[in-house]
Amino acid sequence: MAQTARPLSPHLGVYRWQITMTLSILHRATGIALAVGTLIVIAALLALAAGPESYAKVQGFCASPIGLFLLFGWTWSLCYHLCNGIRHLAWDAGWGFEIPRTYATGWTVVIASVVLTALVWACVLMRGAP
Amino acid sequence: MSTADLQTPLKRARGLGSAKSGVHHWIVQRVTAVALIPLCLWLVYLVLAVMHADYAHARALVHAPVNALLLIAFVLAVFWHAQLGLQVVIEDYVHTRWLEIISQLAIKFFCVLGAVACVLAIVKIALA
Repeated sequence: MAQTARPLSPHLGVYRWQITMTLSILHRATGIALAVGTLIVIAALLALAAGPESYAKVQGFCASPIGLFLLFGWTWSLCYHLCNGIRHLAWDAGWGFEIPRTYATGWTVVIASVVLTALVWACVLMRGAP
Repeated sequence: MSTADLQTPLKRARGLGSAKSGVHHWIVQRVTAVALIPLCLWLVYLVLAVMHADYAHARALVHAPVNALLLIAFVLAVFWHAQLGLQVVIEDYVHTRWLEIISQLAIKFFCVLGAVACVLAIVKIALA
Protein backbone atom coordinates (compact mmCIF):
# COMPACT_ATOMS: atom_id res chain seq x y z
CA MET A 1 0.00 0.00 0.00
CA ALA A 2 1.36 3.39 -1.01
CA GLN A 3 -0.25 5.03 2.04
CA THR A 4 2.29 3.49 4.46
CA ALA A 5 5.05 5.54 2.81
CA ARG A 6 3.32 8.79 3.72
CA PRO A 7 5.16 10.91 6.30
CA LEU A 8 4.01 10.33 9.85
CA SER A 9 3.83 12.88 12.63
CA PRO A 10 7.31 13.01 14.22
CA HIS A 11 7.81 11.54 17.66
CA LEU A 12 6.92 13.78 20.61
CA GLY A 13 10.60 13.85 21.65
CA VAL A 14 11.66 16.04 18.70
CA TYR A 15 9.02 18.68 19.37
CA ARG A 16 10.04 21.94 21.02
CA TRP A 17 7.75 22.50 24.00
CA GLN A 18 5.14 25.13 23.24
CA ILE A 19 2.39 26.63 25.37
CA THR A 20 -0.29 25.21 23.05
CA MET A 21 0.76 21.58 23.49
CA THR A 22 1.46 22.08 27.21
CA LEU A 23 -2.04 23.45 27.82
CA SER A 24 -3.56 20.65 25.72
CA ILE A 25 -1.79 18.00 27.82
CA LEU A 26 -2.76 19.85 31.02
CA HIS A 27 -6.42 19.85 29.95
CA ARG A 28 -6.38 16.05 29.82
CA ALA A 29 -4.32 15.71 33.01
CA THR A 30 -6.64 18.01 35.00
CA GLY A 31 -9.66 16.18 33.53
CA ILE A 32 -8.31 12.88 34.85
CA ALA A 33 -7.46 14.48 38.21
CA LEU A 34 -11.00 15.88 38.49
CA ALA A 35 -12.52 12.48 37.65
CA VAL A 36 -10.53 11.06 40.59
CA GLY A 37 -11.69 14.08 42.62
CA THR A 38 -15.32 12.97 42.26
CA LEU A 39 -14.39 10.38 44.95
CA ILE A 40 -14.35 13.13 47.60
CA VAL A 41 -17.77 14.36 46.36
CA ILE A 42 -19.15 10.81 46.68
CA ALA A 43 -17.53 10.36 50.13
CA ALA A 44 -18.79 13.71 51.45
CA LEU A 45 -22.39 13.20 50.23
CA LEU A 46 -22.61 9.59 51.47
CA ALA A 47 -21.14 10.60 54.84
CA LEU A 48 -23.53 13.54 55.15
CA ALA A 49 -26.44 11.18 54.50
CA ALA A 50 -25.06 8.51 56.89
CA GLY A 51 -24.63 10.61 60.02
CA PRO A 52 -22.38 12.90 62.12
CA GLU A 53 -19.74 10.21 62.86
CA SER A 54 -19.10 9.41 59.19
CA TYR A 55 -19.17 13.11 58.30
CA ALA A 56 -16.56 13.87 60.98
CA LYS A 57 -14.23 11.32 59.33
CA VAL A 58 -14.51 13.04 55.93
CA GLN A 59 -14.03 16.44 57.59
CA GLY A 60 -10.97 15.08 59.37
CA PHE A 61 -9.51 13.82 56.11
CA CYS A 62 -10.15 17.16 54.36
CA ALA A 63 -8.43 19.06 57.19
CA SER A 64 -5.38 16.74 57.18
CA PRO A 65 -2.21 17.80 55.30
CA ILE A 66 -2.84 15.25 52.51
CA GLY A 67 -6.51 16.30 52.35
CA LEU A 68 -5.65 20.00 52.08
CA PHE A 69 -2.99 19.27 49.44
CA LEU A 70 -5.52 17.27 47.37
CA LEU A 71 -8.25 19.91 47.78
CA PHE A 72 -5.82 22.63 46.68
CA GLY A 73 -4.77 20.57 43.65
CA TRP A 74 -8.38 19.85 42.73
CA THR A 75 -9.25 23.54 43.10
CA TRP A 76 -6.59 24.55 40.57
CA SER A 77 -7.50 21.60 38.30
CA LEU A 78 -11.15 22.70 38.34
CA CYS A 79 -10.29 26.37 37.66
CA TYR A 80 -7.92 25.41 34.83
CA HIS A 81 -10.22 22.83 33.22
CA LEU A 82 -13.14 25.29 33.47
CA CYS A 83 -11.24 28.20 31.87
CA ASN A 84 -9.56 26.07 29.20
CA GLY A 85 -12.89 24.32 28.59
CA ILE A 86 -14.44 27.69 27.73
CA ARG A 87 -11.44 28.24 25.38
CA HIS A 88 -12.26 24.90 23.73
CA LEU A 89 -15.93 25.86 23.34
CA ALA A 90 -14.82 29.09 21.62
CA TRP A 91 -12.73 26.99 19.19
CA ASP A 92 -15.76 24.75 18.61
CA ALA A 93 -17.69 27.88 17.66
CA GLY A 94 -14.91 28.69 15.16
CA TRP A 95 -13.32 31.54 17.12
CA GLY A 96 -9.67 31.97 18.10
CA PHE A 97 -7.73 29.70 15.75
CA GLU A 98 -5.17 32.35 14.69
CA ILE A 99 -1.76 31.58 16.24
CA PRO A 100 -1.34 34.91 18.14
CA ARG A 101 -4.90 34.63 19.48
CA THR A 102 -4.35 30.98 20.51
CA TYR A 103 -1.27 32.04 22.50
CA ALA A 104 -3.08 35.04 24.03
CA THR A 105 -6.10 32.98 25.15
CA GLY A 106 -3.71 30.30 26.45
CA TRP A 107 -1.87 32.72 28.74
CA THR A 108 -5.22 34.24 29.77
CA VAL A 109 -6.38 30.78 30.85
CA VAL A 110 -3.18 30.18 32.87
CA ILE A 111 -3.45 33.52 34.67
CA ALA A 112 -7.22 33.21 35.23
CA SER A 113 -6.83 29.71 36.71
CA VAL A 114 -4.21 30.95 39.21
CA VAL A 115 -6.28 34.04 40.15
CA LEU A 116 -9.46 31.97 40.63
CA THR A 117 -7.61 29.39 42.76
CA ALA A 118 -6.16 32.20 44.92
CA LEU A 119 -9.64 33.74 45.27
CA VAL A 120 -11.21 30.45 46.41
CA TRP A 121 -8.47 29.77 48.96
CA ALA A 122 -8.58 33.37 50.19
CA CYS A 123 -12.27 32.71 50.98
CA VAL A 124 -11.30 29.47 52.76
CA LEU A 125 -8.55 31.09 54.84
CA MET A 126 -10.50 34.23 55.75
CA ARG A 127 -13.14 32.12 57.46
CA GLY A 128 -10.53 30.25 59.52
CA ALA A 129 -9.34 26.66 59.61
CA PRO A 130 -11.94 24.00 58.73
CA MET B 1 -6.26 -3.37 -11.67
CA SER B 2 -9.63 -2.59 -10.12
CA THR B 3 -10.76 0.98 -9.50
CA ALA B 4 -10.71 0.35 -5.73
CA ASP B 5 -6.90 0.19 -5.81
CA LEU B 6 -6.69 3.68 -7.26
CA GLN B 7 -9.00 5.22 -4.66
CA THR B 8 -7.78 6.78 -1.46
CA PRO B 9 -9.26 5.38 1.78
CA LEU B 10 -11.23 8.63 2.13
CA LYS B 11 -12.79 8.21 -1.33
CA ARG B 12 -13.88 4.68 -0.46
CA ALA B 13 -15.30 5.70 2.95
CA ARG B 14 -17.18 8.77 1.70
CA GLY B 15 -20.94 8.42 1.51
CA LEU B 16 -21.02 5.25 3.59
CA GLY B 17 -21.95 7.14 6.76
CA SER B 18 -20.26 7.01 10.13
CA ALA B 19 -18.46 3.82 11.14
CA LYS B 20 -19.45 4.40 14.76
CA SER B 21 -21.98 6.65 16.44
CA GLY B 22 -21.04 9.82 14.57
CA VAL B 23 -20.98 13.13 16.41
CA HIS B 24 -23.26 12.09 19.30
CA HIS B 25 -20.34 11.69 21.73
CA TRP B 26 -18.91 15.05 20.71
CA ILE B 27 -22.23 16.86 21.14
CA VAL B 28 -23.04 15.34 24.56
CA GLN B 29 -19.54 16.23 25.76
CA ARG B 30 -20.17 19.87 24.78
CA VAL B 31 -23.70 19.99 26.21
CA THR B 32 -22.50 18.65 29.60
CA ALA B 33 -19.52 21.06 29.44
CA VAL B 34 -21.81 24.08 28.96
CA ALA B 35 -24.07 22.86 31.80
CA LEU B 36 -21.05 22.43 34.08
CA ILE B 37 -19.85 26.05 33.69
CA PRO B 38 -22.57 27.55 35.95
CA LEU B 39 -22.95 24.34 38.00
CA CYS B 40 -19.23 24.25 38.94
CA LEU B 41 -19.19 27.91 39.93
CA TRP B 42 -22.28 27.30 42.07
CA LEU B 43 -20.73 24.14 43.59
CA VAL B 44 -17.60 26.03 44.67
CA TYR B 45 -19.90 28.58 46.34
CA LEU B 46 -21.82 25.76 48.13
CA VAL B 47 -18.64 23.93 49.20
CA LEU B 48 -17.24 27.18 50.65
CA ALA B 49 -20.46 27.52 52.69
CA VAL B 50 -20.47 23.86 53.77
CA MET B 51 -16.73 23.78 54.55
CA HIS B 52 -16.94 25.74 57.81
CA ALA B 53 -20.40 24.54 58.83
CA ASP B 54 -21.11 21.91 61.50
CA TYR B 55 -22.95 18.70 60.62
CA ALA B 56 -26.49 20.03 61.19
CA HIS B 57 -25.87 23.21 59.19
CA ALA B 58 -24.18 21.29 56.34
CA ARG B 59 -27.16 18.93 56.18
CA ALA B 60 -29.60 21.84 56.23
CA LEU B 61 -27.77 23.43 53.28
CA VAL B 62 -28.04 20.25 51.16
CA HIS B 63 -31.64 19.78 52.39
CA ALA B 64 -32.70 23.14 50.86
CA PRO B 65 -34.74 22.35 47.70
CA VAL B 66 -32.75 24.58 45.31
CA ASN B 67 -29.41 23.21 46.55
CA ALA B 68 -30.63 19.59 46.37
CA LEU B 69 -31.91 20.12 42.81
CA LEU B 70 -28.70 21.81 41.59
CA LEU B 71 -26.54 19.18 43.35
CA ILE B 72 -28.36 16.38 41.51
CA ALA B 73 -27.96 18.26 38.22
CA PHE B 74 -24.25 18.78 38.96
CA VAL B 75 -23.68 15.13 39.87
CA LEU B 76 -25.41 13.83 36.72
CA ALA B 77 -23.54 16.27 34.44
CA VAL B 78 -20.15 15.72 36.08
CA PHE B 79 -20.22 11.90 35.94
CA TRP B 80 -21.53 11.94 32.37
CA HIS B 81 -18.84 14.42 31.31
CA ALA B 82 -16.13 12.45 33.18
CA GLN B 83 -17.16 9.20 31.49
CA LEU B 84 -17.05 10.78 28.03
CA GLY B 85 -13.65 12.37 28.68
CA LEU B 86 -12.01 9.30 30.23
CA GLN B 87 -13.39 7.17 27.39
CA VAL B 88 -11.46 9.27 24.84
CA VAL B 89 -8.27 9.13 26.92
CA ILE B 90 -8.49 5.32 27.06
CA GLU B 91 -9.28 5.10 23.32
CA ASP B 92 -6.16 7.19 22.61
CA TYR B 93 -3.62 5.55 24.91
CA VAL B 94 -4.68 1.98 25.75
CA HIS B 95 -3.87 -0.13 22.70
CA THR B 96 -4.13 -3.60 24.27
CA ARG B 97 -7.63 -4.68 23.29
CA TRP B 98 -8.63 -6.64 26.41
CA LEU B 99 -7.19 -3.97 28.71
CA GLU B 100 -9.05 -1.27 26.77
CA ILE B 101 -12.38 -3.10 27.10
CA ILE B 102 -11.87 -3.70 30.84
CA SER B 103 -10.89 -0.04 31.38
CA GLN B 104 -13.88 1.25 29.42
CA LEU B 105 -16.25 -0.99 31.38
CA ALA B 106 -14.64 -0.05 34.71
CA ILE B 107 -14.97 3.69 33.91
CA LYS B 108 -18.61 3.32 32.88
CA PHE B 109 -19.52 1.25 35.95
CA PHE B 110 -17.68 3.66 38.28
CA CYS B 111 -19.42 6.71 36.80
CA VAL B 112 -22.90 5.17 36.91
CA LEU B 113 -22.40 3.86 40.47
CA GLY B 114 -20.94 7.20 41.58
CA ALA B 115 -23.85 9.14 40.09
CA VAL B 116 -26.47 6.82 41.59
CA ALA B 117 -24.78 6.84 45.03
CA CYS B 118 -24.63 10.66 45.06
CA VAL B 119 -28.24 11.06 43.90
CA LEU B 120 -29.43 8.56 46.56
CA ALA B 121 -27.54 10.45 49.28
CA ILE B 122 -28.91 13.83 48.13
CA VAL B 123 -32.50 12.48 47.93
CA LYS B 124 -32.17 10.93 51.40
CA ILE B 125 -31.01 14.27 52.85
CA ALA B 126 -33.57 16.30 50.85
CA LEU B 127 -36.55 14.17 51.94
CA ALA B 128 -35.49 13.70 55.58
